[in-house]
Amino acid sequence: MTFFFEVLIAGLLSGMLYALVALGFVLIFKASGVFNFAQGAMVYFAALTFVGVGEKLLLWLGWAPGSFASFLGSLLVTLAAMVVLAILIERFMLRGLVNQPLITLFMATIGLTFFIDGLAQLVWGSNVRGLDIGIADEPVIWLLDSANMLVSKFDLTAAAIAAILVALLSLFFQYTKTGRALRAVADDHQAALSIGVPLERIWVIVWVAAGVVALVAGLIWGARNGVQYALSFTALKALPVLILGGFTSIPGAIVGGLIIGASEKLAEVYLGPYVGGGIDSWFPYIMALAFLLIRPEGLFGEKHIDRV
Amino acid sequence: MKRMRSKWKKSAMVALAVAGLVGSGVGQALAAEQYMGLPSYRVGAYAAGGSGIFGGWIDYMQMINERDGGVNGVKLVWEECETEYNNARGVECYERFKAKGNTFFSPLSTGITYSVLDRVAQDKIPLVTIGYGRSDAADGRVFPWVFPLVTHYWSQASAMINFIGKEKLGSMDQLKGKKIVLLYHDSAYGKEPHEVLKRLSQKWGFELELIPVAHPGNEQQSQWLQIRQIRPDFVILWGWGVMNPTALSTAKRTGFPIDKIIGVWWAGAEEDVIPAGNASAGYIAAGFNAVGDQHPVIQDIKKYVYAKGKGNLDPKRVGSVYYNRGVVHGIIYVEAVRLAQAHFNKKGQPVTGEEIRWALEHLNFTPERLKQLGAEGFLPVMQTSCMDHEGAGVVKFQQWDGSKWKMISDWIVPDRVLVRQLVEESAAKYAQEKGITPRDCSKEG
Repeated sequence: MTFFFEVLIAGLLSGMLYALVALGFVLIFKASGVFNFAQGAMVYFAALTFVGVGEKLLLWLGWAPGSFASFLGSLLVTLAAMVVLAILIERFMLRGLVNQPLITLFMATIGLTFFIDGLAQLVWGSNVRGLDIGIADEPVIWLLDSANMLVSKFDLTAAAIAAILVALLSLFFQYTKTGRALRAVADDHQAALSIGVPLERIWVIVWVAAGVVALVAGLIWGARNGVQYALSFTALKALPVLILGGFTSIPGAIVGGLIIGASEKLAEVYLGPYVGGGIDSWFPYIMALAFLLIRPEGLFGEKHIDRV
Repeated sequence: MKRMRSKWKKSAMVALAVAGLVGSGVGQALAAEQYMGLPSYRVGAYAAGGSGIFGGWIDYMQMINERDGGVNGVKLVWEECETEYNNARGVECYERFKAKGNTFFSPLSTGITYSVLDRVAQDKIPLVTIGYGRSDAADGRVFPWVFPLVTHYWSQASAMINFIGKEKLGSMDQLKGKKIVLLYHDSAYGKEPHEVLKRLSQKWGFELELIPVAHPGNEQQSQWLQIRQIRPDFVILWGWGVMNPTALSTAKRTGFPIDKIIGVWWAGAEEDVIPAGNASAGYIAAGFNAVGDQHPVIQDIKKYVYAKGKGNLDPKRVGSVYYNRGVVHGIIYVEAVRLAQAHFNKKGQPVTGEEIRWALEHLNFTPERLKQLGAEGFLPVMQTSCMDHEGAGVVKFQQWDGSKWKMISDWIVPDRVLVRQLVEESAAKYAQEKGITPRDCSKEG
């Protein structure tokens, strides 16, 4: 039974990491109705920029990687880079696509994925880098001693960070003027424009927010597995989470992440041996598809009603 | 009269252009160049391996051009084509190179290898897969155009068991009753060692557990929790890309001793351990080339290439595992060109794919020859033949001390009888499926 709970807790904590990536998707979808295919590339771009700036700070100023000065310097420069990226995306991609069908915007984000992937590697190179953000990836000793249960300190910290981000973003969307404007834009671009909502500024804000979420996700996933191209693949983990939690719900991303994380781990351990193993890559998709049949808008998604 | 003058003028211009071309040596240069297409990958998920290996390979050829003026005066020229480790793009690159007269194809991808396997014999382009690809292609009677040189996966898997038995446990008999987990990339590459490990487990009496990790392998908590339940004596890590550092960091998190993990040679580079930080210290991996820049061949590359600002990579990568593996590729390619020139009496002239194929089947890297090449101990002593397209089959083991790789074994020999038996069985099956009549090697020159 201890093993079952160990797998379950590991799954729930992994689920929080998936939710972190899913959050970036939700933000943009919530504010513009666009599924941002480039969110995984943004995670890679942010993490690579963070370590790349760290290397330059060492070279130019002698700030050792891992030091507080280097961390802060890299963080600020990367945040600035994400803001610039958001402005460029709005100026050169989104502005020309106002009132275009959503599929056109979606296709544009596919192109954006390749652009961001290429840009990141062009500027910083494609070498694999390590990333130390000062959180030890080791078991909590008292849990190990008292219950023989392995729970990682790193995963616990990452889950806490994800929870804080969700709380902040929920408050932002619910209680601020900008948050309400974001929701208005998502409902109807043209109607929002007609009542004076500044569409360009709103889009920049939401892409900056998605960029910040990508940076947090990139730092956590990069510290876990290294900063490398595979960070782009974290987006694959977020898709079933979105389907389950709903594309427009921030708490939905967390609940979806927890369900997907736990079920994929339990399925791998308990069902895997009967079907040859390695099922944790596709099991969440099967589960999400099955869920779609019952509740197409996801657990917390907005129900779409058409008047005829 | 005017028309006549114009005609003369045109003829004179053509004559001058031809004379100019010949005089400038373009015609001679074309005749004295050995062309090769490199299907490299410098972007994407596996860029670290691709850039390191193809970069080292290019630097070696550059060094031969700079130091020796090419191979017997024949300049080595090459062209890269980005595959992104993608099979369709690999085939596209293969066809593009073929149209330009390619004589050697080495895609550094088992997937691309399988995609072009049936074309190479028809196109007469040797397919060289150093440390990857089809292991049964070591049987040159069935696969005359394919060369899994130096050592292949089945030899490696067997050498790993020999290393665990002899070096870690003291004798092969100690393997009886032990538990070994194979944690593998869930792909054709990852499944390659299954059969040989199963046979070895029957032979030596150890328990074998197979645990797959789905691509890309950036989340392995459930696999390592299973491993924690099994409590194996050793884990063989058969990974690629992000799967490797993820395995090491997750192993550390679940309390598995890192020095009991033995990695495949595609899990044994700096790029596999640095991302996992302190979790990697003590990890052991296989390899078929030396690491470091102490060998004369690497020193010559620094002197003739990097000192002149002609290096292909960041100088910090020179001497790394992938870089040196690329130099091994270069040494084998250049030696094949040299042998083919000598055998076919074509010194100073480029050689064809057929001639290089002959040379690849007659490679003989003796200790003396390796010393002449500045590569003594850099790659194993090896000799190929019509029967044996592998040549060596031996593997070295290295350990990460937290900052660099250290060699911890000499060349470990696999169970040659068992491995060869598997190779011949599998090759015979392939020949039957494809209607191939194996060559009679006694009749080959």
